[in-house]
Amino acid sequence: MRSPVEADRPALEVVNLSVGFDRMNVLEGLSFKVAHGSALAIIGPNGAGKSVLAKALIGALPYAGTIRWETNTKLGYVPQKLDIERDLPITGSDFLRAKAAVVRASQVDIANALGLVGLKVESVGKPIGALSGGQFQRLLVAAALIGHPTALLLDEPTAGVDEPGQDTLNETTERLRKERGLTILFISHDLSVVYQHATNVLCLSRGHTCFGAPKSILTPELLAELYGSPVAYHVHHDLRP
Amino acid sequence: MAHRWPTTFTMTFDPNATALSIGAGAAAGLVGCFAVMRRMTLAADAISHIALPGIGLAILLRIHPILGGVAALLVGTLLVWGIENRTRLATETIIGVVFSTALAVGSLITSGDQLIEALFGGVGNLTTLEAMLGLLLSFGVVEFVVWQRHRLVLALVSPEIAHTTGINVRRLNLFFLLAFAMTIALGLRYLGVLLVGSLVIIPAATAKRLARSLRGMLAISVAVSIASTTLGTWLSLGLHRASGSTIVLVAAGFFLLSLLRRSGN
Repeated sequence: MRSPVEADRPALEVVNLSVGFDRMNVLEGLSFKVAHGSALAIIGPNGAGKSVLAKALIGALPYAGTIRWETNTKLGYVPQKLDIERDLPITGSDFLRAKAAVVRASQVDIANALGLVGLKVESVGKPIGALSGGQFQRLLVAAALIGHPTALLLDEPTAGVDEPGQDTLNETTERLRKERGLTILFISHDLSVVYQHATNVLCLSRGHTCFGAPKSILTPELLAELYGSPVAYHVHHDLRP
Repeated sequence: MAHRWPTTFTMTFDPNATALSIGAGAAAGLVGCFAVMRRMTLAADAISHIALPGIGLAILLRIHPILGGVAALLVGTLLVWGIENRTRLATETIIGVVFSTALAVGSLITSGDQLIEALFGGVGNLTTLEAMLGLLLSFGVVEFVVWQRHRLVLALVSPEIAHTTGINVRRLNLFFLLAFAMTIALGLRYLGVLLVGSLVIIPAATAKRLARSLRGMLAISVAVSIASTTLGTWLSLGLHRASGSTIVLVAAGFFLLSLLRRSGN
């Protein structure tokens, strides 16, 4: 396993991070940097602590060590699939309006965010419990985009989204990164997407971490070590520069 | 002379009581929406019982029972919030423990007649000062929910998203619990410890069945709540029945009517 690489002008610097529950550490001594405007993919088997890391990074979990975001970072966060009651009378619009009101964004920002994720206005008029899994994930991404974030942290943002929808969301985040210089951190089980969109990959597994460019991390040997069994994925060679 | 709970369940109509029933109804309707959406329905019932030892103690100390109830609700709320933040126990579990303890303490220090009065309430004759304090409290609760509704929505959907927007979710939860406790305090005199939770829950549950948006739910819940308190009080006068029970039955009637609407329509 290799150690984390250096990054110029870090948007995020994590030093010796440990997060634990009931006196047992899920993450221990984790250090890495994320360069401004880059895309970091966080991969690893279930239970490796990917979502725990995400929650620690947003400050929602207590931790030991240092998490240093670039000054004036505005973070947009998309949590892992949420358990929402189907009959909750909160519409997508209610949710987006709430986010916009709290971060003091305008109606135009809401419309722009909806356009970016390809969500129709009619869809957000429905109660959020009545939205399909894919529509709800797009809504969460749209909410994260409201308020002009400088960094996005996405915890399996395309879970439950159909393939065209996944492509739209992945292309949207990639476009935002390139055009607006957003720093993207995303958790994914889809190694093809990781290969295609990540600048660097952080892999987590019980007791092991690795960090590096996708080509150096997504090797059959490292993946077999990480997941405990051989892992295959499809690479669109023509899509990576 | 010791302050006692009103000894009659009926009342003569007065504007103070009407104004307070509208204020308390509005507060209960609004707070109830978020309580129901946060799946706090059982907690609502339990928290109201925390008022009992305060009422008992107030009667012993010869001060106004409602003041004792409010003090106990404040202490109980802070206790629930404090334990919740220091342990990983579910809120429902903590409330269950605190409420059972409060009920046990309350029943030990309250005598039989006083206990019945505290449990079922009654309006009696409100003084202008009582009505004004109640209206002030109602206004505070209404103002809190209206002002904080966007933050409450974000925290309801995802506390983590709320956190990333700069919301202090723990503090918001404390303020919501306090608003909830104050709403319970507002209804104590009408409904008593046993029934007051229903004023918070039933109108909101009715609204949840009928509404398709947050605005709709808040509006329907407030309307049902105010209609229940005012109509219930008026009916109790005409029928010479306990105001608390009548108010709850009117609210339950609205809920039963809402069942006529098919789910998904």
